[in-house]
Amino acid sequence: MGFEGLDLVFLLLLPFLGSLLVALLSKLSRAASAWGAGVVTLFATLILFGYSDHVLFDSKIFIQTWSWFPHLGLDFALRLDGLSFLFASLILIIGILVIVYARYYISAEDCMGRFYSKLLLFMGSMLGVVLSENILLLMVFWELTSLSSFLLISYWQNKEEAREGAKLALTLTGMGGLAMLGAMILLGHVVGSYNLTDVLASGRLIQENSLYTPIILLVLLGVFTKSAQFPFHFWLPHAMSAPTPVSAYLHSATMVKAGLFILARFYPVLSGTNEWIALVSGAGLLTLLLGSFVAFFKDDLKGLLAYSTISHLGLITLLFGFSTPLATVAALFHIINHATFKASLFMVAGIIDHESGTRDMKKLGGLFAFMPHTATLAMIAASAMAGVPLLNGFLSKEMFFERTLENVTLLNLMLPFLVTLAAIFSVAYSIRFIHAVFFGETSKELPKTPHEPPHFMKLPVDLLVLICFIVGTFPMLSVAPLLSNAVVASLQSEAPHYSLALWHGFTLPLLMSFIAFAGGILLYIKRQRVFASYHKNLSSIDARIPFNKALESLFSFARFTTSTLQTSSLQTMLAWLFLFAFFSLFAGLSYGDTPLLGARMFLPLDWISIAVSAILIISALATVVLHHKRLVALVVLGVIGLIISLIFVKFSAPDLALTQLSVEVVTVVLILLALYYLPQRAQRESSSLHIGRDVLIASLGAVGVFILTLAVLSRDYDPISDYYIQNALSGAGGSNIVNVILVDFRAFDTLGEISVLAIAGLGIFSMLQGLRLNAANVDERGFFYSLQSHPPMIATLTRLLFPLMLLVSVYIFLRGHNLPGGGFIAGLIAAVALIVQYLANGIAWTQKRLSFKKHIFISLGLLIATLTGLVPLFLGHEFLSSAFTHVSLPLIGEFELASALVFDIGVFMVVVGFTVLILIQLGQISTHASKTNRKGK
Amino acid sequence: MELLLALIIATLTGTGIFLALRARTYPVVLGLTLLSYAANLFLFAMGRLSINQPPIYNEQITHYTDPLPQALVLTAIVISFSMSAFVIILSLKAKAQLGNDHVDGKEQIKEEPKL
Repeated sequence: MGFEGLDLVFLLLLPFLGSLLVALLSKLSRAASAWGAGVVTLFATLILFGYSDHVLFDSKIFIQTWSWFPHLGLDFALRLDGLSFLFASLILIIGILVIVYARYYISAEDCMGRFYSKLLLFMGSMLGVVLSENILLLMVFWELTSLSSFLLISYWQNKEEAREGAKLALTLTGMGGLAMLGAMILLGHVVGSYNLTDVLASGRLIQENSLYTPIILLVLLGVFTKSAQFPFHFWLPHAMSAPTPVSAYLHSATMVKAGLFILARFYPVLSGTNEWIALVSGAGLLTLLLGSFVAFFKDDLKGLLAYSTISHLGLITLLFGFSTPLATVAALFHIINHATFKASLFMVAGIIDHESGTRDMKKLGGLFAFMPHTATLAMIAASAMAGVPLLNGFLSKEMFFERTLENVTLLNLMLPFLVTLAAIFSVAYSIRFIHAVFFGETSKELPKTPHEPPHFMKLPVDLLVLICFIVGTFPMLSVAPLLSNAVVASLQSEAPHYSLALWHGFTLPLLMSFIAFAGGILLYIKRQRVFASYHKNLSSIDARIPFNKALESLFSFARFTTSTLQTSSLQTMLAWLFLFAFFSLFAGLSYGDTPLLGARMFLPLDWISIAVSAILIISALATVVLHHKRLVALVVLGVIGLIISLIFVKFSAPDLALTQLSVEVVTVVLILLALYYLPQRAQRESSSLHIGRDVLIASLGAVGVFILTLAVLSRDYDPISDYYIQNALSGAGGSNIVNVILVDFRAFDTLGEISVLAIAGLGIFSMLQGLRLNAANVDERGFFYSLQSHPPMIATLTRLLFPLMLLVSVYIFLRGHNLPGGGFIAGLIAAVALIVQYLANGIAWTQKRLSFKKHIFISLGLLIATLTGLVPLFLGHEFLSSAFTHVSLPLIGEFELASALVFDIGVFMVVVGFTVLILIQLGQISTHASKTNRKGK
Repeated sequence: MELLLALIIATLTGTGIFLALRARTYPVVLGLTLLSYAANLFLFAMGRLSINQPPIYNEQITHYTDPLPQALVLTAIVISFSMSAFVIILSLKAKAQLGNDHVDGKEQIKEEPKL
């Protein structure tokens, strides 16, 4: 091997890369995507076969490991041994054949690139499942197979049954995948490692652990859903709405075999206990019987094959349930044989459908005359399925019969009879598949005149049937090394002695085969009466119906919850929100047995504080009472804002007081502008019941917040701010600790916050683009607004004051690092200065003198702040770290220059840009509005 | 003093909630403004209350109020201002697009409390 060590990864990644490649190639031509898929798969097969010498003749195990998420125990670890070699070769070889076949199957109106892309994705996922050494990695690929098979089954997205079938398959296999993930985590927990090698070596440890039963229950949930075992079998027939090449691939060699692969892989660890034998062989037996029984009655060719697949999966599961080495040999052998004959039969069904236009056996008949070649192939493959000697199905079926006769006790005395019964049905449906389609009368109703398919559509079937024959006739020369190495890898011990010979003499299994054939032929001859009784009594039973009912009730519960909580009314939803917040607060406060209030001493009261607080509380209540009188309510709101800034002054927060004060001014101006466009007076429309409800919710909220605040304020705490206080001046060169925190210690937070501001500004900007509102030209009492908008006194005065206001802003900005002030506050003050100009002199006048674009100003501010952070990064420091120095200039004296100041300039620009942007945009609607008003007159 | 502040925060919360539950956009804007006052004051109170201990560093002073909640509240004030502005403009946009100022965009809906 030229690239030893990487080739397993390469083998695994090839289909995934190919999936991308094929999607791109399909833009060139349809054939190119088919060629791409074929070449990629062929290449992967060659890589795999490069190992065949080592794996098949030296029985070597290849393990390659790369660390992926070491702390989760998830390594990218691959393993190639006999078992994974067997499955990987099935996946790849049948993959190539399906690719060739699909090239002629997919019709011109369907996208071929999409098909091959999904097929390769699925192929890669399957390879991942069988090649994983890490069991968590195995789960990753396991989930990928569920997802990619969903895509494949729903390939004809425009058909409802395809979508439904895909959804059903995904729901069940996804559920199983979740269970299996649980099992893998438990396994890893018990073993202490997620590596398959370690897990396989700890069989006794696992079986003696109390978690053993949960583990096998979860594993089996995953296996039974994936491999369509009773009672989860019903997704498989519905997945038949997929294109036939997909069915041929998924239901012969790959998807449904993934579950069986798990049974084989974990055989030495999980099997052998009573629970295992009861569960696995019980489910297997039921599935075997049910599948072969129902298959006989299906009129749809693919329906017949689907149930036949279910029954063969049941057979293999039953064998794994026996938990003996020889049963495992039979199971693995049957996996190979089933894959070959079932893939060829699906392809035949697809050919019949393709060339005659139907798959309904009631319509078909006499096709032998039209397609003798295909008919011959179908007959051989169906014979293999029925277990005719000289074909592969016969060998593994004989082995199976032999296993059922072993250790016959009273309890399993029924077993040989039951499996013979299943075999009778299996023979009968195989005969039906051939007889109903190729013999009998030629139907006149066929949508198309049937004929032989293109040569290359038959070629894959030719090859598969040839394999059936070779394996069936010369087993020792063909399949023996593949099988024996798979058996060794699955058992993790020496292979038992077994014989692949065709003739074992006149044995009991041979007798069972004979009974099966005789019974099957008899059953088919008497079919009319059996069909009539089936359709009368049993045909309406479908496990999907109760499943759908259960799903539907789940959905309707979800819909009920949603429609109760989320109505189209904002008021109701908010009411729920507030109530929920209150009750979670209530639950939080009543938790535990600590007292509600702590022991911290309260500050003494004084009369001024009481009086000011009373004004605030009265104003807040007045806002509620007066909110119909909109202007008055706004003025009262302004009072509240001002008192809050007084509260900040009182409790040692000068920066907050300054910020609150300037924000208050801007907010009031903003709401005032908006009021111009909103209805002047609101009608009272809430009923008293409604108001009562809201008062109740509001009071609950108030009480909750009151208690919460007191509970906090009455307790002591350890602040984390000592570091900031100690290092503000020495480390960051500023004595205003709040400002230093904002622009230095926690500048990253501030950067985030001005980004929010900038985004909000852009949102507002885009909302106001092209917004036209008709403003009233009379006030609420019916007086006309004055159109002479800019009184000369104010206009002149504000122009004079403007430089002074800006100077204040600059002063506040510069001193911010050491005394209350800074970018936020200075920005707001500068914004107020600009707004005053707009208010006093009008938009047109001011715009002419301040023509810069505000949103660009915002972006520049953000850019400056970010760059300040990036510069230290290039100098080898951390993002946003700062530097400062002291400079002395003549006349001004010594002052400090800090890089944080540049950051603050960014903050300043964003705040100014944001505020001015909104007010100007609002003002611009007003110019439009007043123009339209004037035109109206 | 703590009692007074708790009372103030509670009143602001209560009136804010009540106004936020009104059917017209304007009282909702007022309500959200009151709620953001309450939230800012509440956050501020997390640093406990202290008088005459502003967080301006001076070598002679040993006791300061906690500066961290103040820094957080300072940006919170500005952010809540931007949020108020956004809601105000949103209400204007709704008025322009829907032709009325009802919070659900529907004039004349029946007022039946659902609780």
